[in-house]
Amino acid sequence: MQSEQILLLGVNHKTTPVEIREKMALSGGYDQYLAALNKVEHVQEHYLLSTCNRVELLVVADTGADVRDLLIRFLFGDEVPLEKADEYLYILEGREAVHHLFTVAGSLDSMVVGESQILGQLKEAYRHAAEQHSTGALLNKMLHKSFTVAKRVRTETGIGSSAVSISYAAVQLAKKIFGDLRQKKVLLIGAGEMAELAAEHLVGNGVKTVSVANRTLARAMRLAERFEGGAISMEELPEHLEETDIIISSTGAEGLIIHKKDVQAVMRKRRNRPLFLIDIAVPRDLDPELNDLDNVYLYDIDDLSSVVEINREGRGREAIKAERIVDEETLKFEHYIETLEVKPTIVELRKRIREIAEGEMTKSRHRLGELTGEQEDALDAMLHAITAKILHHPMEYLKSSRCTGHKKIKERVNTVCEIFGLPEGRAKKQDDETDE
Amino acid sequence: MTELSNILYAVILLVSGLSCAGYLVYFFRQRKDVRQIARVLLLTSGILQTLFLLTRYVLVGHTPITSPFETMVFFAWSTTWAFLTFHWRYSLKNFGTIVSLMIFSLLVVSLFASQQVVSLPPKLQSVWLPVHAGISLFSYGFLSLAFCGGVMYLILERALKRKRFGFLFERLPSLDALDQLNSHCITIGFGLLTAGILTGVLWLKQVYGDYWHGGPKEVWSMVIWFALLFQVHQRYSVGWRGRRAALLVVLTFVVILLTLWGITYLSGGAHGHAI
Repeated sequence: MQSEQILLLGVNHKTTPVEIREKMALSGGYDQYLAALNKVEHVQEHYLLSTCNRVELLVVADTGADVRDLLIRFLFGDEVPLEKADEYLYILEGREAVHHLFTVAGSLDSMVVGESQILGQLKEAYRHAAEQHSTGALLNKMLHKSFTVAKRVRTETGIGSSAVSISYAAVQLAKKIFGDLRQKKVLLIGAGEMAELAAEHLVGNGVKTVSVANRTLARAMRLAERFEGGAISMEELPEHLEETDIIISSTGAEGLIIHKKDVQAVMRKRRNRPLFLIDIAVPRDLDPELNDLDNVYLYDIDDLSSVVEINREGRGREAIKAERIVDEETLKFEHYIETLEVKPTIVELRKRIREIAEGEMTKSRHRLGELTGEQEDALDAMLHAITAKILHHPMEYLKSSRCTGHKKIKERVNTVCEIFGLPEGRAKKQDDETDE
Repeated sequence: MTELSNILYAVILLVSGLSCAGYLVYFFRQRKDVRQIARVLLLTSGILQTLFLLTRYVLVGHTPITSPFETMVFFAWSTTWAFLTFHWRYSLKNFGTIVSLMIFSLLVVSLFASQQVVSLPPKLQSVWLPVHAGISLFSYGFLSLAFCGGVMYLILERALKRKRFGFLFERLPSLDALDQLNSHCITIGFGLLTAGILTGVLWLKQVYGDYWHGGPKEVWSMVIWFALLFQVHQRYSVGWRGRRAALLVVLTFVVILLTLWGITYLSGGAHGHAI
């Protein structure tokens, strides 16, 4: 009998077009949303993650309470009609929710699988949630576990290196084309995680100017701030083609953003200075034919990975390994939750036995007369030993049920409660956060 | 003097060959210590080539730049020194390998030409000879550097466009550096060639009384000059660069070689009309 349910509601780059995600993106920062959620009834714990590619809400709610509609409303705001929201949204429960969180943390759900920024974003989101006291024992445990998953995926599989090496490859190619990067200008189109990573690498290699173009100017400005660069709107793109040397495009747009003729038109004005185009978006943002133009070098994500010679097969193998880690950790966490389920019974049982023993002791104590300190200690020790020995088997019985599934656990808890005459309605909330 | 000249020539071949081999070892094995030796050898070869030309000068009694053999050695010498002066200003990854290969090839080609001393008609023995022929061949020296850079550019550009990165890819400098090399060498080469042609024209006037004699060498030199003028103009006016510039300079250099070998060998002397 579970007193709470874990729910995860969210949208990501796979399910939802960027226009919708942008409307949801919590522009006011985390705090006000977390504070608002604090007031929602039946929601015990909650946590909110918002990145360029996903918005996800993770809550621990009272069992039975139907908070879904409320949360959907909360997530989408008034901008998106509710029936439309269903199309994009995924709602996961219990085990699935945990699995999803771990998958996200392990960067297996990222647009560029293996990029490492997601962990930072997760931690940032968690920091806000913790500051607002919106997470409790369960989510704390769950999120900490997700960080462990991320770490394991990164250290035990080669999946992270592919993302890093892709931006490394971008830098190597840029150097092969331009030689010195110091005077070069970089333009990011769209605010993708991978694009940011690549831009960071370029800045690390001497690039001084990074501009950002985005459909919503506010997000462009936010990202541009990070690189101390300028933000431009999508309409201004053609003008900027003239000055830019490296373009990294990663929008979620359906069609092409830069066509061959756009670039062809500016090449003369550019005095044929080389243009290095990196297309990270799926579907593509940049016309594949651009590569046919003189002094224009177009690379998409597959080209970049071929530079670092990470073949698809190898990437696939690493992904499988990473998924195995996620599965493993999900299972472990499930066991932990199940331990939480039997824990109140164990606490109750221990309390009951102790009460009986201590009660009988006080009853008989006065008949024993004056005792030395040594004798007192011996009595105490005896009581402890008796309670411990009585408790040993019932506790083993409860604990060993961990791997047997939810139903079995309930049965066993009931049996123990019946035999020892324990009340079944137990404390609903467990605030103490002991490890299994 | 003949003996000294012959010994010097043999030593030059040996030293240049060793230098080239050293650069190749560096190219394949990335052995920096070997490259250092190769550099010193190339410098030595440059000095020896200078000495050789001096002995040859004494031997033939005029600037040794008239027979096919002399032209080839002079070509190698100008390429060597163009590279050494260039190298002193800025270095390009593995450029030395290609250039040393080029120099060695020119010297090997000279091996097949007759080393016989060709006596020059007295009317051509003038101060214009070293000026005209020297400047022209020096311009070819810079153009041969541009050719080497152009070939490297084309290889790298192709790899970048096709996204196939083989063995050569890592060993080439950046496109930008190669393009700068092209710009640099073409500008100098064009300037020198202009001066070479002008002095040639003046000399022609002095000897024959008119500015244009219409020999194949003259025609082809003008073709080369116009080709270079076109490239320089396009680069500085509309910003031509990259693949086209590299391709054109490679083609121009092929024409230079054909002019130099074809016409010189066919007519057996410096200029068909000269004798």
